[in-house]
Amino acid sequence: MAKSDLFASVESVPGSQKPDPILIADGVMRSFGGLVAVNVSHFEAQRHAITALIGPNGAGKSTFFNLLTGFDMAQEGTGVFNGRPLKGMSSAKVARAGMVRTFQLTKALSRMTVIENMRLGAQEQSGENFANALLAPIWRKREREITEQAEELLGRFKLLEKRDEYAGSLSGGQRKLLEMARALMSKPTMIMLDEPMAGVNPALTESLLDHIVALRDEGVTVLFVEHDMHMVRRISDWVVVMAEGRIIAEGDPHEVMKNQAVQDAYLGSHHDTDLFEERS
Amino acid sequence: MDFNDILQIIISPTTAAFALAAIGLNFHYGLTGLLNMGVAGFMLIGMYGYGISVSHGVPAWLALIIAIVGAVVFSIVLGWPTLRLRGDYFAIVTIAAAEIVRIIGRSQWLKEWTGGNTGIRGKDFKGPFEALSPFPDKLIRVGPWQFHGSLSNSWWLITVGWLLVAAFALLFWRLNKSPWGRVLRGIREDEDAVRSLGKDVYSFKMQALVIGGVICTLAGIVWAHGNAISPDSMGRTTTFWIWTMLLLGGAATVFGPILGTALFWALYVAIKQVAPLVLPNLASTQIEPLALAAVGFGLILLIVFRPQGILGDKREIALNG
Repeated sequence: MAKSDLFASVESVPGSQKPDPILIADGVMRSFGGLVAVNVSHFEAQRHAITALIGPNGAGKSTFFNLLTGFDMAQEGTGVFNGRPLKGMSSAKVARAGMVRTFQLTKALSRMTVIENMRLGAQEQSGENFANALLAPIWRKREREITEQAEELLGRFKLLEKRDEYAGSLSGGQRKLLEMARALMSKPTMIMLDEPMAGVNPALTESLLDHIVALRDEGVTVLFVEHDMHMVRRISDWVVVMAEGRIIAEGDPHEVMKNQAVQDAYLGSHHDTDLFEERS
Repeated sequence: MDFNDILQIIISPTTAAFALAAIGLNFHYGLTGLLNMGVAGFMLIGMYGYGISVSHGVPAWLALIIAIVGAVVFSIVLGWPTLRLRGDYFAIVTIAAAEIVRIIGRSQWLKEWTGGNTGIRGKDFKGPFEALSPFPDKLIRVGPWQFHGSLSNSWWLITVGWLLVAAFALLFWRLNKSPWGRVLRGIREDEDAVRSLGKDVYSFKMQALVIGGVICTLAGIVWAHGNAISPDSMGRTTTFWIWTMLLLGGAATVFGPILGTALFWALYVAIKQVAPLVLPNLASTQIEPLALAAVGFGLILLIVFRPQGILGDKREIALNG
């Protein structure tokens, strides 16, 4: 489905309703001592779309991400992913439910080989049970399937020749690719990317963007945090803007930056008043 | 220099016991990255669990089960509050827990059971195991080695000790190469990454802690049969020795703990023999501390020049990260 159809009836207001939301959050509040890091009254992410989460530094994007994926617990609020309530779900359970994330600071398991990194991402390997692990025939067949799937993904992400190298020997951009490929091993319904382009050189950025778009076209829902507005405009179908813990605007990627609240958040609310004029 | 002493120590039950403990620690540190600084405590749990049971008339097989259950309970009690925390907290708690076990063991409070600081004498608990020996009741010489058939440091204990070492080295090899071991190695590298891939990190860490703990406990029982049950020989020094052995051989490898232990003891005995020849004025009471100092110096050299140990792969695991 083309994105214009998906979002045709969606209003460009904070917390707007989507036709088919996969992820819904309500009244999510997280404070650290006196600082309210996240205070989102309503948020929906459209299924089969790429939603970008943007905002100035300290807006609470990463904290919101952590809350949604179970890496942090909200003091208030509820979330529903694909019809399942997220409340009290551990991060591992969230991942098993089909929402897999990557990290702003890449977490490639550097002293394991690339292929081992990939295999670790797979689900339903009965050999991860201690008793089964002792008897190789129980898990060998599944291991072959996993390896095949891993090699296919590595091929797609142009990492196949690095198959048996330690992940620590990869470049920063290659680690980002590996982390994304590893997350795909579990065949997620939704993938959450925390600053996927940070520290990636321009040549690799292109292929990363292509991969993200390809994922959307295969039916995976994508939510990503990003600073670079060019990237956001190029690939996202919908943009959600956060500032000071709240969602302050939503809209089409080409339109949302024209919003006054967004400009104020990024540039300060007095950015176009002349200070000298004010004084006189 | 008397090579015979070195040959004796290399196959002795004490060496087998330490190799076994190093394999247990390898499950904790080499595979999972858990900084267990209380190895000696786990060994003491085994000694007391088995020794107290047998000396009160419990059959040996049941005493063994009691010791293993003791190790499982000790691991869970230790891990339950600490495995959710960062690695260094775990290290602090394990060193404290091991000292608690030792201090309770040597206190007069439970003297009736533990024998206080004198511990439990060999003749009070070694009987049932020695009775199982298939070897004759006399000194037996095989090549350069001479041990008794079934008493204390016997061929019987050597056989059982090294069979256990072989069995658990095999277990390590099998588990390390399995998907289960892969999850643990992932946890060693980055817990959050493994969590984000849908694995219950806490449960995996607990499993590793328990299995390594049980192996250390068995090591304690083997050691006790070659010596006696004495709390003060299982202090922090013992833990650090076992760490040195594991790191010397190479953590996260199958044969590292075994090679490291044999080499450690061979060097220790060799230093004790060479020292009086090089330094003739040395009093006999100074030889032991000198050997210990040399071991410490050796550990420093190891960290500087070969942090991955003899068999380790520097790209996989190294002491200095």
